Amino acid sequence: MKKNPNTVSFTLNGERKTFITEPNEKLLALLRREGYKGTKFGCGQGTCGACTVLMDGRAIYSCLLFAMQAEGRDVRTIESVGTHEKPSEFQQELIDGAAVQCGFCIPGMIMSAEALMKAEDVYPDDVVREYMDGNLCRCTGYEKIWGALRRVLDRREEGREQSSESRSDPKA
Amino acid sequence: MTANPTANFKQVNHSVRKVDAVQLALGKPSYVADFAPRDALVVKMLWSPHPHAKIVSLDVSAAEKMPGVKAVLWHGNVPRIVHCTAGQGFPEPSPYDTFMFDTKVRFVGDRVAAVAAETEEQALAALAKIQVKYELLKPVFSIDEAMADGAPIIHDEPEAHVPIPIPYEPKKNLVAKVGCEAGDFEKGMKEADFTFDDVYETPYAQHCPIEPYVSLAHVDSSGRIFITTSTQVPFHCRRIVAQTLGLPVQKIRVIKPRIGGGFGSKQEILLEDVVALFALRTGRPCLWQFNREENFRTGRTRHPIRVRIRAGIKKDGTITAIGMDCWNNTGAYGGHGLTVVSCCGSKVLPLYRCDNIHFDGKVYYTNLPVGGAYRGFGATQAFFAMESTMDKMAEAIGMDPLKLRQLNHIKSGEGSPIFAALGEGKEGVPMTVGSCALGECITKGAAEIGWDKRTDWRAKTGRYRRGIGMACLMQGSSIPHIDMGGASIKLNEDGSFNLLVGATDLGTGSDTVLAQIAAEELCTATDKMIVYSSDTDMTPFDVGAYASSTTYLSGEAARKAAADAKRQILHTGAEMLNLPEDQCVCKDAHVQSKDGKKSVSYSDISCYSLYSKNQYQIIGTASHITQKSPPPFAAHFAEIEVDTWTGNVKVLKYVSTIDCGTAINPALCEGQTEGGTLNGISYALTEQYLFRNGRMTNASFTDYHIFSMRDVPPIKAIIVPSFEDTGPFGAKSVSEICINGPAPVFGNAIYNATGARLNEFPFTPEKVLNAIRAVKK
Repeated sequence: MKKNPNTVSFTLNGERKTFITEPNEKLLALLRREGYKGTKFGCGQGTCGACTVLMDGRAIYSCLLFAMQAEGRDVRTIESVGTHEKPSEFQQELIDGAAVQCGFCIPGMIMSAEALMKAEDVYPDDVVREYMDGNLCRCTGYEKIWGALRRVLDRREEGREQSSESRSDPKA
Repeated sequence: MTANPTANFKQVNHSVRKVDAVQLALGKPSYVADFAPRDALVVKMLWSPHPHAKIVSLDVSAAEKMPGVKAVLWHGNVPRIVHCTAGQGFPEPSPYDTFMFDTKVRFVGDRVAAVAAETEEQALAALAKIQVKYELLKPVFSIDEAMADGAPIIHDEPEAHVPIPIPYEPKKNLVAKVGCEAGDFEKGMKEADFTFDDVYETPYAQHCPIEPYVSLAHVDSSGRIFITTSTQVPFHCRRIVAQTLGLPVQKIRVIKPRIGGGFGSKQEILLEDVVALFALRTGRPCLWQFNREENFRTGRTRHPIRVRIRAGIKKDGTITAIGMDCWNNTGAYGGHGLTVVSCCGSKVLPLYRCDNIHFDGKVYYTNLPVGGAYRGFGATQAFFAMESTMDKMAEAIGMDPLKLRQLNHIKSGEGSPIFAALGEGKEGVPMTVGSCALGECITKGAAEIGWDKRTDWRAKTGRYRRGIGMACLMQGSSIPHIDMGGASIKLNEDGSFNLLVGATDLGTGSDTVLAQIAAEELCTATDKMIVYSSDTDMTPFDVGAYASSTTYLSGEAARKAAADAKRQILHTGAEMLNLPEDQCVCKDAHVQSKDGKKSVSYSDISCYSLYSKNQYQIIGTASHITQKSPPPFAAHFAEIEVDTWTGNVKVLKYVSTIDCGTAINPALCEGQTEGGTLNGISYALTEQYLFRNGRMTNASFTDYHIFSMRDVPPIKAIIVPSFEDTGPFGAKSVSEICINGPAPVFGNAIYNATGARLNEFPFTPEKVLNAIRAVKK
């Protein structure tokens, strides 16, 4: 039992945190007022994906979820992915591949890709599309975002094949 | 012009990294709402639920007493100053027909009263306490109803007027009319072997930037109002807010941070006056962001336009006459009405040689959502009609539609009477086309799509039928003699430069493009540029991001400012080297002697000029206006597959070629082309406003479908270079043109697949199926 019904505690980007909240406050609103501004408000209807964060590794729309529903969960936002000194692999590909136009959808895209890479070992196009389908972009036509993501995923698949080959070598 | 003028470019014509890419990919605070302080009040608006009504009484007293409420604005406590919300040059070619709050509402989504409260919940609760009594008026829901004798008058307020001498008859719901004639249209029709007379309808659409409209204001310690806002037109915003609130321009600062997309929608002042007045009244920072529903209902839209095309052609492919009559539904307010309909003519009719041209455009008020600027700006609507007609004419004379276009399209060195006849609120500017690689666009695009395999629809059978379609397109680059852009550039101790531009990067990458142009001129690297755009206190003026002007117009301003700074650098460098200036050149961020033996770095020059001797700030400043508006050209192609049982149209491949002059940043040009094309594709296939009694019923991405990563077909963007002598390093525009293609391309492809000719879109399965059923072989 929580002592104060108007608080919520969860792990945010690896740190255990407790916030004061209201029963009707959305997770997106809480995150943004607490300074996690990388998560965006794009529709408030759970349709555009700009507010995507990870909860226990799964991509969710934080504009639809009540903050209270994060109780005890593991929440990750874009702030946990990459730094100026060391952007994530996908971020680097987006930057180098001219895939960031207005950039408003990009944090959400990155979080969906994080969920994909956490959950799946292989990345056929239709599976990737399924994961990324909830993130709308109006600037790019998706070509360059898709290309950037595909390069990352292809490298991971290659890397896995090679490491599984090297693992199986001693047995042979 | 040398054989390859682009060969020696070191900065432009290279896909350098976008200057803001890293901060955006990391999700760093960059956009308007990210800068809202924790104590910012939340603004919410009570919107009109009625399409047309008088406000008989409005009582906000209960709302004012609600918890957390700090202020309420309504027509009883704000200045009544007539103005126009469209961010255009001044005085605007649009009617002054808007008040901050009025005693009448003219569409579902019009302003009634606003609340600023501590929280969103408190603001919404207060809105519910506002008592409004309406007297319902008969609404006007179509152009036909608006034009009818005895139609309800939507703008009956005595203040409504237009600030420049152009026709405006609000008593007839007529917002504007424009027209021109060249040669003898009727004679041309008589000379034709075949004539055509068809009416095309284009639908409403919303820009759907992923960042909705959002504005933040606070009163600075100095007493001035600082507005941070998602706008394409910061300087027009400052002027219009000052006008609306009856304040001097001096009192207002408008800051444009990173913008989450605009596409024309943010060329409008829809929130800034309200947050500014709330900030002034409450002394608190105030944030107002639209939700998606508000973005659809109250945000600006693409004007739906009815286009009638009459045309005549001879058997040999000579086009003897083109007549275009346009009826533009501007909705409840008239901003951009005249200019959009003018562009139906001016951005479309010059594409094909024809001696006898008639153009007439009329704009009407209705009680529907308000049209505004939208990428393509009238050309999108008119090209659907024009390019459908080209295919019909080709079929009538038994000519390949590709060949008919090749035979007739405008080429380098040719002019059109339309250029001089049609401007924006006044006459245009006579112009001959400089660069034009449309011929190559057509051949490259045709090869990519496999035009040779295209067969007649009559030969096709079976449930799934494939078709190939094409369209040719043009646009402009800036509005000549009207638009102005300014830039300043100053040198720092380490050889970096501050590039200050009024030009407004709204996600397009223009900060990067302007940095590349300045760096090329200054013989330094793009990453030496610290770009700041745009801030009415800090940067020079620029009209803003519209009319495909930023690269061509503001780019040349940046180049000229860089040239000005370069002269100063050369002067001081020569002084340091003890050489005459004419014996020195700039190269690789150094001033060096012509023989290369002596050299001094920009960094040393800066330190010398700031600290050592004859000190001064090396700073270049320039403004630019354009003398012409060189069209970019494009040829678009698609192969589609029509399911004749369901009417579903599947896009198998889309080819989008573009002649934008020198591509300053080829990767960003491709991005513009791919993104604009996909926006055009979903406009052509799925996007539409559905209404019940004037109320949009599908105001969400669930019911208004824009394409996701799963929907997107293969799009091949092909940049076909040309060199525009009047543009910075040969550049013209890229962003708008690409949205114009998909509707006519798909219309022509559906015909090629099935024999069904659709004169209106979106090409939903229902419409396509009905059209297929009406086809007789």
